[in-house]
Amino acid sequence: MTLSITRTSTRLCAAAAVALLIGACAPGDDGDDGDASSAPTAGDVATDPSDLGDVTLTVWDQEVREGQTEQIEALNAAFEEAYPNITIERVSRSTDDLRTTLRLALSGDDAPDVVQANNGRPEMGQYVASSLLTPLDGYAEGYGWFDRFPESVRALASYSDDGATYGEGDLYGLPQMGEIVGLYYSKSKLAALGIEPPETTDDFVAALQAAQAAGEVPIQFGNSEPWAGIHEFGFVQNQFSDADTIRNLGFGRPGASWTSDDNVAAAEATREWVDAGYFVDGFNGVSYDSAWQAFAQGTGVFFVGGTWLVADLTSAMGDDVGFVLPPAGASGSHLVTGGISIPWAIPANSDAKEAAAAYIDFITSSDAMTAVTEAGNLPVIEADQQTTTGLQSEVFAAWAQAGQEDLVVPYLDYATETFYDTITVAVQNLMGGQSDPQQFLDTLEAEYTAATGS
Amino acid sequence: MQVSSRGPGEPRRVAYLYILPALLVFGLFVLVPLARTAQFSLYEWNGLGSSTWAGLSNYRDVFTEPQLRGAFVHALVLIVFYAVIPVTLGLLLAAAMSRAVLRGMGFFRVVLFLPQVIPMVVVAIAWRQIYEPNGPLNDVLRFVGLDSLARPWLGDYTWALPSVGIVGTWVGTGLCLVLFLAGMSRIPRELYEAARLDGAGPFREFRAITLPSLRGEMAVALTLTVIAALKTFDLVYVMTSGGPGTETTVPSYQVYNNAFLLGRVGIATALAVVLTLIVFVATVLINRVGERGER
Repeated sequence: MTLSITRTSTRLCAAAAVALLIGACAPGDDGDDGDASSAPTAGDVATDPSDLGDVTLTVWDQEVREGQTEQIEALNAAFEEAYPNITIERVSRSTDDLRTTLRLALSGDDAPDVVQANNGRPEMGQYVASSLLTPLDGYAEGYGWFDRFPESVRALASYSDDGATYGEGDLYGLPQMGEIVGLYYSKSKLAALGIEPPETTDDFVAALQAAQAAGEVPIQFGNSEPWAGIHEFGFVQNQFSDADTIRNLGFGRPGASWTSDDNVAAAEATREWVDAGYFVDGFNGVSYDSAWQAFAQGTGVFFVGGTWLVADLTSAMGDDVGFVLPPAGASGSHLVTGGISIPWAIPANSDAKEAAAAYIDFITSSDAMTAVTEAGNLPVIEADQQTTTGLQSEVFAAWAQAGQEDLVVPYLDYATETFYDTITVAVQNLMGGQSDPQQFLDTLEAEYTAATGS
Repeated sequence: MQVSSRGPGEPRRVAYLYILPALLVFGLFVLVPLARTAQFSLYEWNGLGSSTWAGLSNYRDVFTEPQLRGAFVHALVLIVFYAVIPVTLGLLLAAAMSRAVLRGMGFFRVVLFLPQVIPMVVVAIAWRQIYEPNGPLNDVLRFVGLDSLARPWLGDYTWALPSVGIVGTWVGTGLCLVLFLAGMSRIPRELYEAARLDGAGPFREFRAITLPSLRGEMAVALTLTVIAALKTFDLVYVMTSGGPGTETTVPSYQVYNNAFLLGRVGIATALAVVLTLIVFVATVLINRVGERGER
């Protein structure tokens, strides 16, 4: 009767709805199959943006620190002035926020036109594997990027087109700045202790002991945002392992081992330094920003940090802050973690790729490198042609030395898609006394061997 | 009351028309996403490329991967801080406040309820500063000579989770208190007078009259606070990022971490489905207990 019919039809409707939903395409298959074939060849790249007509260029960046905002805002204004037909819509987020929103944005049809995508496997590698970024080789030929950027810089943003091989293949992004994680120190405190900036690991340990004896905090450190731990452990590892080992581990290539003697020595040294009280008390509960601010305000003789802090530290400490490469340890060279700042890439779903390439060309040109320098940062190329003073000149000297002696080793979290999570937790546990060096290395080795199959 | 198979008034089918707008919105923003989530949980997918059918293996991982299982254990601990303690404290405070005629009663009520009004992110940032190694909490401890108790609260492997929990207690107590005060104002004064004539003391009054009368409010308070505990995200995200190590990870944080940072969408959605079911079961159970008492 009416009732039962209603009921039946309702049930049918519900069943149909469920069937529709379940029958809907499997996740990731909807829409067009990531058509990366729209990448240009050298011939058809228009390198004059003023011919492109009216374009709105959506740019997602993470240039939010003091010196970074300044340079990118200046460059954006200059770009718009040079090409009035192009309007830039800037969306800036913190590194973490950009990272989490980028996944959805790239896979959507309404993707931004230029994005900053971290070059490691967890981000750029995955995007490339899913054909979500445009290979830039065609533009690179048109604009002459192959001459502008040395092989070593391009390799850090190059992947094979299935994303499996890192360090060669097509170019997927260009950086503006160089980055190294070195050792900041307070000049007045070192002078008071009667110590020179440390050249070797032995010097460094002696300096730490002297600082401790004088009642100073030897190393300022904050690890509650756990990525700082990658830098801190990398700083120690650089003094014990050789460049090839660290590069194989960092790029996720077979041929190395986390449990080798040198890595054991690095992990044990890290623990010893914690146990000796060389790091500030309670570092696992201190945020990164609180840590460098405390260092800037005079708590701590040393601070292991990246060159992205140059502008902030200069304005807080003036002439009192110095910068050197990590001390040389067993390997005898001043290996330093770093590479390039987060590179600028063009999403495959962008609808203004020509303008996007023109923009990337503009913000990595010689003029742009000068603007980058003037805002207190380290330009990735032509650093030797800039005029600098104070902390910045020390950083530039360190960068030049690292380039000449081939000292730069990659960030350790580049290794696999989930290595960021693995190593941040592992370093917190090691330095927090929850796991011993052997457990620490076994954890890392397990994921490394699973990914590289070695 | 006699229930006919067909009630009086308009034909039933028209009713669907009335609820259609709400049903559409509900379906579009709740049911469809829920079904899609359930569907995703059966695939292995990195959120970007194509996916492969995985059957129930994501669910197996949710219950076997120590990190994911740990998140549920932490959520259980948080229930104590978010639900059990606030309800108990709220009851005691309400009983005390309703007995004594206090000057400035409204003021105290507002103060205790205030944490509810502040956005959780602001709460988290404020408390993170309080817990800093050189923050106010440690300063106070050192000032009164309890130096040995001072520690980096959020970086301490034993104390990080309780530290997060206490913030939940601070936020939840005001809500429970206000609910209970409202419930108590409904209880007829005569009941207490009668009890007093019969020689009942304050404790007896509380047990025999206040507590049974508040069963409904307690069910509401428990439902709200238990759900808040199970779905905690903001506090953990802002205060600890799940650290130190994995000591403060909770299911919601793992959902976020797996889906948006690690690119394990299948695992994340399986976790979300399990969490939804747990919340659902908890709500039903609490309300059953609450209702049974009213009959």
